[in-house]
Amino acid sequence: MEITGGRNSLRPTDEEIAFLKDRAKFCRLETIRLIEIAKVGHYTSVFSAAELFSALYYDAMDLRRGEPKWEDRDRFMMGKGHAAVGLFPLLADLDFIDRDVLDGYTRLGNPLGDHPDMTKVPGIDFSSGSIGHALSAGCGMALAGRMLGKDFYTYVMIGDGELQEGQVWEAALFGAHNGLGKLIGIIDRNGYQLDGSVDDIIGVEPIVEKWQAFGWETHVVDGHDVAAVATLLRTLKADRERTRPVMIIAETVKGKGVSYMETEPGWHLGYLDPSDAARAIAEIEAMEI
Amino acid sequence: MNKPLSDKSWQYRQLNAVTPGLDALSDALIELVAAGEPIVAGTADLQYSNGLAKFHALHPDRFVQFGISEQNMVSAAAGMAAVGMKPYVATFASFLALLCCEQIRMDVAYSKLPVRLIGHHAGISLGFYGTSHHATEDLAIMRSIANLTVIAPADGNQLKEVIKAANDYPHPIYIRIQRGRDPEVYAQRQPFTIGKAISHYSGTDLMIIATGSTVHPALEATRALRAAGASVGFLDMATVKPIDRDAILDAAGQSPRILTVEEHNVLGGLGGAVAEVLASEGLPVKLTRHGIYDEYSLIAPPTHLYAHYELDAKGIEARATRLLEGRA
Repeated sequence: MEITGGRNSLRPTDEEIAFLKDRAKFCRLETIRLIEIAKVGHYTSVFSAAELFSALYYDAMDLRRGEPKWEDRDRFMMGKGHAAVGLFPLLADLDFIDRDVLDGYTRLGNPLGDHPDMTKVPGIDFSSGSIGHALSAGCGMALAGRMLGKDFYTYVMIGDGELQEGQVWEAALFGAHNGLGKLIGIIDRNGYQLDGSVDDIIGVEPIVEKWQAFGWETHVVDGHDVAAVATLLRTLKADRERTRPVMIIAETVKGKGVSYMETEPGWHLGYLDPSDAARAIAEIEAMEI
Repeated sequence: MNKPLSDKSWQYRQLNAVTPGLDALSDALIELVAAGEPIVAGTADLQYSNGLAKFHALHPDRFVQFGISEQNMVSAAAGMAAVGMKPYVATFASFLALLCCEQIRMDVAYSKLPVRLIGHHAGISLGFYGTSHHATEDLAIMRSIANLTVIAPADGNQLKEVIKAANDYPHPIYIRIQRGRDPEVYAQRQPFTIGKAISHYSGTDLMIIATGSTVHPALEATRALRAAGASVGFLDMATVKPIDRDAILDAAGQSPRILTVEEHNVLGGLGGAVAEVLASEGLPVKLTRHGIYDEYSLIAPPTHLYAHYELDAKGIEARATRLLEGRA
């Protein structure tokens, strides 16, 4: 199936939903395959975001297959750059990078590392790795887009732990003050960061009220319900006159799809021996969401 | 009652009028907008301090007020550059180079985005505002960031030419300027080449190399020394990175002594850059690095500080004289 991008109705068809689910599964399975090459990686940060990636790259975003530099494309960046391993397979699937580049993930000279690098990887719209910068960069892109008379949207995914960074709140003020209606933020609210539960470390609630108080339009969605995510993103894009930036709080499960990862925060970073990888793959293959 | 009684009174928003030199930055950017360039200028609540208020008034649609959020400003400028604009963002050098160091490294330099970072009120030019507002580390920090070019223009005319030369320069640039009160070094605008030192005098006794704010006083000192009979040469090393290696080798070939002068810690800035070239070439030159000697400056009006630290013309002349007499 081709990238839909058609958005003939606000709710995707059953066929489109099946396709988006399939691409989320592809994202998870490829993540396991690539991390086997590196022998360490961020499985669970991808698994919480897989449906979000799928809905963005195969439905919401205006992209042209094989044209990563198309200047009117929608932009995407993420503060949680460590989930890039799940994004690279999608970029290959969209012919932004060669598929065989994936096979050399993290190896000497390969452009693909643990974090996304815009100078090395076609299709990466902004580099990341130091948490907290992305929403600011997204503000700059959205504002420049308006100054240049462009119609593209800028999507910025940030982690919930990332909300602990002060710069995020500088960007929150700035985005609202400048009425950046084509800026769509997505918080992957999976509840965990490296050292444990976000709420135990430095609590970030109430998230919705905070963003509302900062002047953003907020939406809460089940981040694993790909139909709901796609519907929300289509709905947001249907209003091209919006004058406030949007923050979507996507409620997700860190490690979604692999039972023991869902219950153990230590899997933020790890490695699956091939025997465990086979079991994880079986669980993902059997996923019904 | 609603107005000050004296016309010598002034308030912050009148800084441009009080300090016409502040117009240089805006004027240079206004020229580029007139030439059709996708320029955007931003600042972090300092539009009167850096004179961008003038640009703002003329091009409100190309001006971005970031408020007191310097890190957001630098990252957002990178985002703007990533979609085709040419952003200039300005704040005090102390905040830009130190507070935003990581945003500069990650979002601007590492990402190779053509952002122009204007660090103004550099060195100890904020005098009694204190250490928080002094930038005596910025050259060292910015110089160590890969992909980043570092330029310190000597006056408003050179700044305008630097900005003109920067327009199609593909790399990000840190431009270190003062507070708009710089005495004129270059009466006429002359084309600026990034990476090329400007030779004013040759000398067989001593070569003085200065950058930015110290060019004017060091040049005056050079003239005084020459008038007294010493053969003293002078180089304006406006581009601190990439440093003009050939000019330094040429200076070392002329004179057995080199004196670098900068409004910066003697560690890691212009003096450090010159030392690296001389040492790597194994040249037997006596190098003296003059500046702030790895300490925090006292609090005082700037001119008092320059006198105290021998960074005014008289002080530089005295420092050079001691060097020529073999005293230090």
